[in-house]
Amino acid sequence: MRFVDEFRDADKAHALSAKIAALCEPGRQYKFMEVCGGHTHTIYKHGLEDYLPESVQLVHGPGCPVCVIPMGRVDDAMHLAAQDDVIMTSFGDMMRVPGSQGSFFDAKAAGTDIRMVYSPLDSLKIARNNPDKRVVFMAIGFETTAPSTAMTIMRAAAEGLENFSIFCNHVTIIPAIKAILDSPDLRLDGFIGPGHVSTVIGCRPYEFIAADYGKPVVVAGFEPLDILQSIYMLMLQLSEGRSEIENQYARVVPWDGNPVALKVIGETMQLRPYFEWRGLGFISHSALSVREQYAKFDAELLFDVPGVRVADPKACQCGEVLKGVLKPWECKVFGTACTPETPIGTCMVSPEGACAAYYNYGRMNRNRVAEVTIGSRP
Amino acid sequence: MTTQRPSWIDEALAEHDENHGHEGQGQPQGPVSDREQQVLDRIDKARRRRPKVREERITMSHGAGGKATHTLIEAVFLDAFRNPLLEPLEDAATLQAGSARVALTTDSYVVSPLFFPGGDIGELAVNGTVNDLAVSGATPRYLSAGFILEEGFPVADLNRIAESMRDAAAAAGVQIVTGDTKVVQRGKADGCYINTAGVGVFERDITLGVAHAQPGDAIIVSGPIGDHGVTIMLARGELDIEADLQSDTAPLNGLVAGLLDRAPGVRALRDATRGGVATILNEIAKSADVGVLVSEDDIPVRPEVRGAAELLGIDPMYVACEGRLVAVVDGDQADEALAALRAHPLGTQSSIIGHVTDGPPGLVHLKTAFGGTRIVDLLVGDPLPRIC
Repeated sequence: MRFVDEFRDADKAHALSAKIAALCEPGRQYKFMEVCGGHTHTIYKHGLEDYLPESVQLVHGPGCPVCVIPMGRVDDAMHLAAQDDVIMTSFGDMMRVPGSQGSFFDAKAAGTDIRMVYSPLDSLKIARNNPDKRVVFMAIGFETTAPSTAMTIMRAAAEGLENFSIFCNHVTIIPAIKAILDSPDLRLDGFIGPGHVSTVIGCRPYEFIAADYGKPVVVAGFEPLDILQSIYMLMLQLSEGRSEIENQYARVVPWDGNPVALKVIGETMQLRPYFEWRGLGFISHSALSVREQYAKFDAELLFDVPGVRVADPKACQCGEVLKGVLKPWECKVFGTACTPETPIGTCMVSPEGACAAYYNYGRMNRNRVAEVTIGSRP
Repeated sequence: MTTQRPSWIDEALAEHDENHGHEGQGQPQGPVSDREQQVLDRIDKARRRRPKVREERITMSHGAGGKATHTLIEAVFLDAFRNPLLEPLEDAATLQAGSARVALTTDSYVVSPLFFPGGDIGELAVNGTVNDLAVSGATPRYLSAGFILEEGFPVADLNRIAESMRDAAAAAGVQIVTGDTKVVQRGKADGCYINTAGVGVFERDITLGVAHAQPGDAIIVSGPIGDHGVTIMLARGELDIEADLQSDTAPLNGLVAGLLDRAPGVRALRDATRGGVATILNEIAKSADVGVLVSEDDIPVRPEVRGAAELLGIDPMYVACEGRLVAVVDGDQADEALAALRAHPLGTQSSIIGHVTDGPPGLVHLKTAFGGTRIVDLLVGDPLPRIC
């Protein structure tokens, strides 16, 4: 397949793997965080860690939009969905995320009108077709998905739709990265920067990471070779004593981002003073809400949202996993009480969640993989 | 601040404590790699526990052919009906009727849309049941057909469906010999649902079953995978993607007969319907308590299916086929079996995709095209409901 197979070439991977190994200083451990859940998914799905020397470790970051939604927000969404005249619409990822009263899937099975959509524009279509219902779109995601929500709000306004609103949970990546950099329990050598977010915000917003924290960042694409090359670029920076922002994903990411997308976000949304992130707690200016002039599309204003903060189950260590302090398997309930069928924490829900990715694809001891691949073949 | 939690979380946590000791105790010790292995062993133990349906209501996941379906079948139906004939949970049950050994199976069809490129619900209802019999090693003979029709359903459509069932039965060499019709009020069903049951006769003295898989066996798939599932998904028109694809629905009894004639070392056959090839590989690993290692490069997938799956973020390994089988064959007869499959028009693109290994038991490993290794687990969610 064009534009895919080129980025999954095993020979090129072997070559890059050797170059990465050659840059490893003996006795030194390297820890890089891939901020984005899409990268986590790619790493596990293609078995990319097999190409890395033992001294290079990947730490999974908080860039999985579903994973960072706190339980209280899920409860708020469930409350909205439970209103008699409401049709709740949501991306598929969100359907299985447990709130304190179960997930959208559970509510749907019990008769609540919750529909899965592939785009917020589909929600708009549902609103047009159901004039006697109020249609709410559960908006989640980083700067990647915010523009499409923004465009949907603007289109709803242009059409004069009266029965459509957004339950806005959009978050912004930079404050989360800063929170991780300021976290005392984690030592990182560099970041694999989120490619999709950067198509919107560009590379400039990361400059403080190199300037103030002295850590290199390489914005990376989502194919396995993209990630491997980004790790090589990070290793090269370290070996040459540099810390810079580099763009591996230049075929898609412009240095200054996408001004049109940024403009529509700015037009329809504003920064919240603070927002709760699962595991990371309250972070200032880390999320977006609908702007006042579009208030009639803001579900938080149209409905009575409970807004109750709900503590995670004590045993759940999603917070530590999201910050990269714990590996998924180091969580006490990983794989036993918390599994993809019955996820207790958000990281086990989305395919981009570190726990789900590890459980579904990586649940094996890489030191013992060799035993599997040899042996019984006749 | 009130914290309520669904009861199943508390239940799961209590169970966890019971099995693994309380906080702080029983945490793995030692170097990272050993600690990871201890956790993996613990998970393995947890996975072998008796399945339990935690949900209070049926969700779409229970029909998806993945983990939730398995749990539901084992915890509800197997528990209630338990008997030695049912227990193997094969595609068809093997029964003794006088001096004859027969196979019995049943399947219901709720596909939406009813008509799709390459077939319709009627053809599917015949082929699906014929295939469940064929992969048990029996020769399909007689089918029943039950219809649940919604008030208002066009008779012309029903005629089309019946004609297509007639043609499919003729092609497969089976007769539809009994049936049933029910009509429900408008809104209580979606047009037309069909149930078929089938009886086949064993003409060979063989017993096939995934539990017979042994290390060294070859695993063969009879052609490109995922055609049916992706075709149905695109036929619904919700995705605004078009591709030149059609369902692979076909009767597999001819293909199976050719295979069994030439390769008596066939240990198990499965048709890769709901849950796709990945689900079957997991059933092999679990039933026979062996490992399975397959190579992504060797798994045939049409470029159109790969493209659509890539766009939608789904894995063709989990997408349904309606005319493909997976064969587990004695390693020594792998080439002979492959040749037999390729000699049949429905098996020209057959491929050896991997092997059964000693271990780790119960796990399926995939050598990715990129050159890494990962596991292939049962599917949890439901990427595409109502595909058959």
